[in-house]
Amino acid sequence: MGDPPILQMTGIRKAFPGVVALDGVDFSLRPGEVHALMGENGAGKSTLIKVLTGVYDIDAGDIRLNGDPVRFGGPLQAQQAGISTVYQEVNLCANLSVAENIFIGREPRRFGKIRWSEMRRRSTALLAGLDLHLDVAAPLSTYSLAIQQMVAIARAIDVSAKVLILDEPTSSLDASEVERLFEVMRRLKRDGVAILFISHFLDQVYAVADRMTVLRNGTLIGEYATAELTQMQLVTKMIGKELTVLERLEEEPREVAADAPREPVVEAHELGRAGAIEPFDLAIHGGEIVGLAGLLGSGRTELARLLFGADRPDQGTIKIDGKPVTLRTPRVAMNHGIAFSSENRRTEGVVGELSVRENIVLALQASRGWSRPIPRRKQDELVERYIKTLGIRPADPDVAVRNLSGGNQQKVLLARWLITEPRLLIVDEPTRGIDVGAKAEIQRLLVELADGGMAVLFVSAELEEVLRLSHKIEVLRERHLVGELDNTGGGVDADRVMQAIASGANP
Amino acid sequence: MTDVKAPPQPAVTVTAPHKRRRADRRHIPVLATLALLALMYGLGVANYDNFSDTQVLLNVFVDNAFLLVVAAGMTFVILTGGIDLSVGAVVALTTVVAATLLNDGWPAALVLPLVLLIGTTLGLGMGAVIHYFKVEPFIATLAGMFLARGLSLLINRNSIPITDPFWTSMAQERIRFGPGIFISTSVVIALVVVLAGAFVLAYTRFGRTVYAIGGNADSALLMGLPVGRTRIAVYTISGFLSALGGVLLSFYMLSGYSLHAQGMELDAIAAVVIGGVILTGGSGYLFGTVLGVLVLGLIQTIITFQGTLSSWWTRIVVGILLFAFIVLQRLVTRRSR
Repeated sequence: MGDPPILQMTGIRKAFPGVVALDGVDFSLRPGEVHALMGENGAGKSTLIKVLTGVYDIDAGDIRLNGDPVRFGGPLQAQQAGISTVYQEVNLCANLSVAENIFIGREPRRFGKIRWSEMRRRSTALLAGLDLHLDVAAPLSTYSLAIQQMVAIARAIDVSAKVLILDEPTSSLDASEVERLFEVMRRLKRDGVAILFISHFLDQVYAVADRMTVLRNGTLIGEYATAELTQMQLVTKMIGKELTVLERLEEEPREVAADAPREPVVEAHELGRAGAIEPFDLAIHGGEIVGLAGLLGSGRTELARLLFGADRPDQGTIKIDGKPVTLRTPRVAMNHGIAFSSENRRTEGVVGELSVRENIVLALQASRGWSRPIPRRKQDELVERYIKTLGIRPADPDVAVRNLSGGNQQKVLLARWLITEPRLLIVDEPTRGIDVGAKAEIQRLLVELADGGMAVLFVSAELEEVLRLSHKIEVLRERHLVGELDNTGGGVDADRVMQAIASGANP
Repeated sequence: MTDVKAPPQPAVTVTAPHKRRRADRRHIPVLATLALLALMYGLGVANYDNFSDTQVLLNVFVDNAFLLVVAAGMTFVILTGGIDLSVGAVVALTTVVAATLLNDGWPAALVLPLVLLIGTTLGLGMGAVIHYFKVEPFIATLAGMFLARGLSLLINRNSIPITDPFWTSMAQERIRFGPGIFISTSVVIALVVVLAGAFVLAYTRFGRTVYAIGGNADSALLMGLPVGRTRIAVYTISGFLSALGGVLLSFYMLSGYSLHAQGMELDAIAAVVIGGVILTGGSGYLFGTVLGVLVLGLIQTIITFQGTLSSWWTRIVVGILLFAFIVLQRLVTRRSR
């Protein structure tokens, strides 16, 4: 491991308007190692990759390949210099043969005529080098996603074999396919290829990576040998424990209101969907905030979507007020009093071109059906009440939502669901990307709603936030619901949750 | 690959299960068309006297040579996942321009390259609009269709007879294989176009890029393929072949008329689809398009032989077949995903 690094990045800084994505980040990659890049969503992993492959220009810092300073104009240039990237989605053409996918654009030719037999021979040999024995004349679509992924890797290393970036290659593979991919990675490692590996599955990182670099909020936390860092330590470094004073709510997590009904509002039993979330049991009572904790990709959003009928479960049952229901569509869920405020407020939530008023009445109108329009006077009354209650600024119902700040857009989205007077409110990442003040307001609002008897399912990547608000914390790890921590009275601290995330056991 | 002493490997061996059957799946639509063609021919032979004459079959080629050329261009476009609605109008424009100039005394040697150039330029223009302005092919070629049809109406509303000696000789020239067995020169030209097109699609980088774009244009771009250039090129080819089809039609009709080839774009699309090319692109063969044109031609022949049926039955049968083949494509592509 004493080799000089093939790739050395030092003091990398990249700022976008309003946000510093990377600040003074160092990263080095040696030949023949698998180096994992770790961090939560927004930590700067993808920015670092994009900076390296020339998608973005850097503001400050130095990138050296084999000791020579380099700046790439784009992924193609980076590829020519020996840095290839394989993305999460396989970027190949499934309708073409395996051999063509490896060689298209650089087929062996004679007088302009493609030499198919030569191409097949060479791709067979290349894949055999990765211990893959495929019928290279068959269309790529006849093979599994894992094999397609490996064909993409074969193409990448045949084009240039020095540095290989694997950006979440395993997120759509099953366990045996992942093992097959790791086999290929280990083989490439022995051949001296430097591999940068990004995955949010900790077990996988520990299975294959030699070293890891941890980023958080665009800054470098450190570089560690995998063997010297426990999963617990890693999770701590990724999530961070510091509490900013501003964010801390004054109230301790509250007791569930005494007169809360004993019967859960929503009860899921063995509910699951293949590839999204393993079967889980979950009960949410009125007046209770249930928090979902887990790393990115652990199945937080997937779980929430099942409860809203946005995805169909493969198995299990949902009971609302003790009666079994089938939530075929979000519409059905809405009729049962379930509201879902989506994590992508721009793409799945608010309609930017419409006014605040129109956005707020959207869900209520939908649940009434289009044949029964809400009278204008009632609209004004409702909208005004919620603008006041939630403190939406500017307090003008006719301004287009597009012109509001992120926090206020989030409030409009909340207002839209609150107006339907839901029994269960599912909020997915309501505080992402909004400023601290607005964040605290939204948190306070959720607490008040629960005090008023509403059941709230709160999904957030920020552990501190989950801890502060929730009465009950459900811990997710790699698409399993691994534990439930009772937080009434604030008995749970971040360490316990992290331990549950890292070990998968309920402590 | 003659490494006999390769050690036994605890390898990741993946043989595509049912490999043969799956590889054949890409041929299912073409085979279905071939079977349909055989069935139709058999029906014709069984029911009508003289249907089995070789010349009946050859006449299908003679009567549809221009459609074959136009459909070959359409095949390139549809393989990239695009569509070209302008082809019929470009055919008409070609016949009108050629007839007008020939009647004005222009030499055939000048008129011929000129009309081919006009069609090619129109195709290039539409391709450029589609690529640079990110306009949907449907809209861009619809505009091209109105433009070309409008231009030909502007030049002359009436049918213009062609009397040029080269044109008349091309119209009457027959390549004879025996007594009463012959094809026209247009058929030879069409077959040359088909063979050249098939070679380009199967054996050149350009051809394979056409398939790659139809499969997944974003991936093709990330793999460093010249997506923009190729996309413009297929519309240019379609424009050129439409003009060539127009020339062949004017040989066949010996006239130029702005209302020639009404709806030919739809016939061409129907032939391509019945021939097994998938409308979303990336799969199919030019050979299939030839079969598709023959199916359309045979339907017409059978209806002619029948004698009592209205010619609108052609449309009805084509409609039913199109529907059946699109459903077949759905089934085939769905299972291979």
